[in-house]
Amino acid sequence: MTALLDVRGLVVTFPAPDAGLRRRRVHALSGVDLSVGRGRTHGLVGESGSGKSTLARCVLGLQRPDEGSVVFDGTEIVGLRGRALREVRRRIQPVFQDPLGSLDPRWTVGRSVRESLDAFGVGSALDRDRRVRELLDLVGLSPDHADRHPAALSGGQRQRVGIAAALASEPELIVADEPVSALDVSVQAQILNLVAKLQRELGVAVLFVSHDLGVVEHVSHEVSVMYLGGIVETAARAELFADPVHPYTRALLAAIPVPEPDARLVHVPLSGDIPSPINPPTGCRFHPRCPLRVDSCSRERPVLQPVTAAHHVACPVALGARPQSDPAPAQN
Amino acid sequence: MTGAVLQIEDLRVRIPVPGGRWVGAVDGVTLAVGSGEIVGLVGESGCGKSTLGGAVMGLLPGGSEVSGRVLLDEEDLRGLTDEQYRRIRGDDIALVSQDPASSLDPTFSVGAQVAEAIRNHRDVSRRAARERAVELLGIVGIPDPRARYADPPHRFSGGMKQRVVIAAALANDPAVLIADEPTTALDVTIQAQILHLLRDLTVRSGTGVLLITHDLGVVAQVCDRVAVMYAGQVVEQGTVRDLFARPLHPYTRALLDSQPAAHHRSGDLPVIPGRVPDLTEPPAGCRFASRCAHVHDRCATAPPVIGMPNGGQVACWLHQAVTEEVR
Amino acid sequence: MTMTMASGARRSRSAVAALPRSARIGALILVVLVVVAVLAPLLAPHDPNAIDSSRVLGAPDLGHPFGSDALGRDVLSRTIYAFRTSLAIVFGAVAVASLIALPLGTLAGYFGGWVDQVISRPLDMLLVLPALLLAISLIAIVGPGSLVAALAIALIYLPILARVQRASSLVVSQSGFVEGGRARGWSSAAVLRRHVIPNALGPLLVQAAILAGFAVQIEAALSFLGLGTQPPTASLGLMLSEGRDVLTQAPWVEIFPGLAIAVIVLAFNLLGDGLRRHLDPQGVVS
Repeated sequence: MTALLDVRGLVVTFPAPDAGLRRRRVHALSGVDLSVGRGRTHGLVGESGSGKSTLARCVLGLQRPDEGSVVFDGTEIVGLRGRALREVRRRIQPVFQDPLGSLDPRWTVGRSVRESLDAFGVGSALDRDRRVRELLDLVGLSPDHADRHPAALSGGQRQRVGIAAALASEPELIVADEPVSALDVSVQAQILNLVAKLQRELGVAVLFVSHDLGVVEHVSHEVSVMYLGGIVETAARAELFADPVHPYTRALLAAIPVPEPDARLVHVPLSGDIPSPINPPTGCRFHPRCPLRVDSCSRERPVLQPVTAAHHVACPVALGARPQSDPAPAQN
Repeated sequence: MTGAVLQIEDLRVRIPVPGGRWVGAVDGVTLAVGSGEIVGLVGESGCGKSTLGGAVMGLLPGGSEVSGRVLLDEEDLRGLTDEQYRRIRGDDIALVSQDPASSLDPTFSVGAQVAEAIRNHRDVSRRAARERAVELLGIVGIPDPRARYADPPHRFSGGMKQRVVIAAALANDPAVLIADEPTTALDVTIQAQILHLLRDLTVRSGTGVLLITHDLGVVAQVCDRVAVMYAGQVVEQGTVRDLFARPLHPYTRALLDSQPAAHHRSGDLPVIPGRVPDLTEPPAGCRFASRCAHVHDRCATAPPVIGMPNGGQVACWLHQAVTEEVR
Repeated sequence: MTMTMASGARRSRSAVAALPRSARIGALILVVLVVVAVLAPLLAPHDPNAIDSSRVLGAPDLGHPFGSDALGRDVLSRTIYAFRTSLAIVFGAVAVASLIALPLGTLAGYFGGWVDQVISRPLDMLLVLPALLLAISLIAIVGPGSLVAALAIALIYLPILARVQRASSLVVSQSGFVEGGRARGWSSAAVLRRHVIPNALGPLLVQAAILAGFAVQIEAALSFLGLGTQPPTASLGLMLSEGRDVLTQAPWVEIFPGLAIAVIVLAFNLLGDGLRRHLDPQGVVS
């Protein structure tokens, strides 16, 4: 099966915000591989500086990578321009974090939802009005929401509008960057259910970016964990949560504050700070904080290696420490 | 409850909004925090939890109306003049807020800001304040505190800044610490560090902490007791162990159920239908009634606060049969 | 939350009715002034340039409510015509500066990088020159006159307005709906037209209105110095200059054009200040 989205060796740097004349650069992504299958939800999780949002922007064609390729349905999209870029954009649509900031405050909800229909010239004006009503219905809003402005909606309703706008052009891939992190828990649950429902019913693939492992666990088929510009582990959801291999994944899982008093943390799962992506550590980016660190970690950059067929991890130390059960064939 | 360092009794706060209307942000809250105890105040945005913190700190928007009592070591703070309030703020009660970046002045070194917090309230020499500040920075886990004393805030990461804010807040051994979403702006691995630090320090010094948060996970990790707020009122309170094991109020239950991390399976998350009521015109009776799965005719009357055998309290008619009301 | 809902509802109602009272008063005064300026030939009781040697420095009376100047010309008629000249210069100057600043600032803010450098650096250089020196140099090269005075004022204002527009378009460009517009298949030009300019325009309008008030004063100063409008055409600054010589004998020659300047400045300031409070309650525009 070929993947719908295939990212290979993506490298992105940009000038540090306060670099001045020093020409320091932020190393946002340093060699990222990722693939998303048709109709699958791929969770991308990481803390600040991990590069997860930069990766999302590359896939949306909003950020040009320094190196590497982004292949969507067999077409290289890095460097596309004009008509070809527009066509790809029709098929890959974004949902952003801040539902208020992602809607033009001057536009009615209906006009925002119509935006891509207008852009791609789908149907007649009448068709588009009908389609807007259908889309609002699909995300659980009533047709008269179309005439309101974003300021008159609640956070959850705004995010529903954001999702309706993304679905308008019937995309095959939705890139959702922290779509629920600005929402209250009870509203967050509604939006997660909606994403899951749409994903099931429409068969659209979702690249779901979040800092929240709990949220990612809930919606994803596959999960990739990022740390400082690289993917450290990628696996089917159940396997990643049941059998995390990378020491960072393990720490991240342990650090989630579980709402169960019996599961109180007795010690801090991970000490130290996240290093700056302006001057990232050599070798394995995680080595300064890693409990499994050996000498070679500061020299050699680990690559993703298979644990099982669908489970890859970028840590030879953790991999070597595992009992040698079913040796998996290397496969990508 | 005696021995409480902070006791809030029937606190009501009304805040004016444009159009000559009032938001009843806090409506009849009674709550106590004991020495060395961490009490979680949990609720969704707009439930009034931060307003409650502001009322305790004496930092509310201008024009707000407050009634009820706020007792700090059995002294009512409500009668204080602005000057008296200023003197206890940062001394007897301290605040750690969500955004460490805006809590620190970018133009002064972090050490100077901790030292200033001390000299504001204690008649000590510059040198002594400096020594104490270095010691505090070390206690909150700033590596090499003496060398970093003179660094400005922007040289520190978000987590390290929050450590500095905590050092300044705890500098004068306050009786009460109000921590308003102290880890919300931080990454999850850093959050774990800060929560541990907060717990270690306050338990050791006997400071009572009111930890305001939207995250039930955070509450479960560090709090001793918890109060759940909805639409300006505390709907349930009890020990963390009891409340998480047996949530009594339908809202508490729904809130716990909608946590994605609580479900190690897929399938739809339970949701709470409807919306939070508009607090400029709160509904009569139980404020959760319009969204509640167990709604009943009697919910049109405001429910009593019912004391449970285990010491918890819940404001819901469902439990009236179990015990008699406390008030 | 309640406040954002209120402002959203306000926006959808009539734009003028929604403005704060100060902006509405300012706008009303300006409309009256523009009507006066346009209808000057009908409203002025006398020919503004007609010299009447029998009425030299004549005191106000029924036929000449504002009195007469050193050449016996009717001060009321001259003031009405001076409105015309001064308002034309001010509107012209601010319009030219805004129309150039809008595209320059928008492009600099939206694209950033080298586009920003190419646009902003030359404008910054204009900004560091003292305003009046800039105006006087331009006039020294081209020669005095109303049109040149307007151009000089436009040149002073261009970098200020472009900076304001650059800043607001930079902020708007970083919002989700701009990225969304691109991701939904619109070209940069379309995103600029549909999202960036409408949302970034407010601060520029506010700044333009406030600067227009000051422009009256610059025009008056230039004319006062003999570098702006040339006699016998009436302009407010020129009238001030003429009135100064006879201030002790005939204060009305000086007072009425002075009051007229004050009214225009006040109107623009009320408008600008009201617009600022309406569009930018946080006070981002200084």
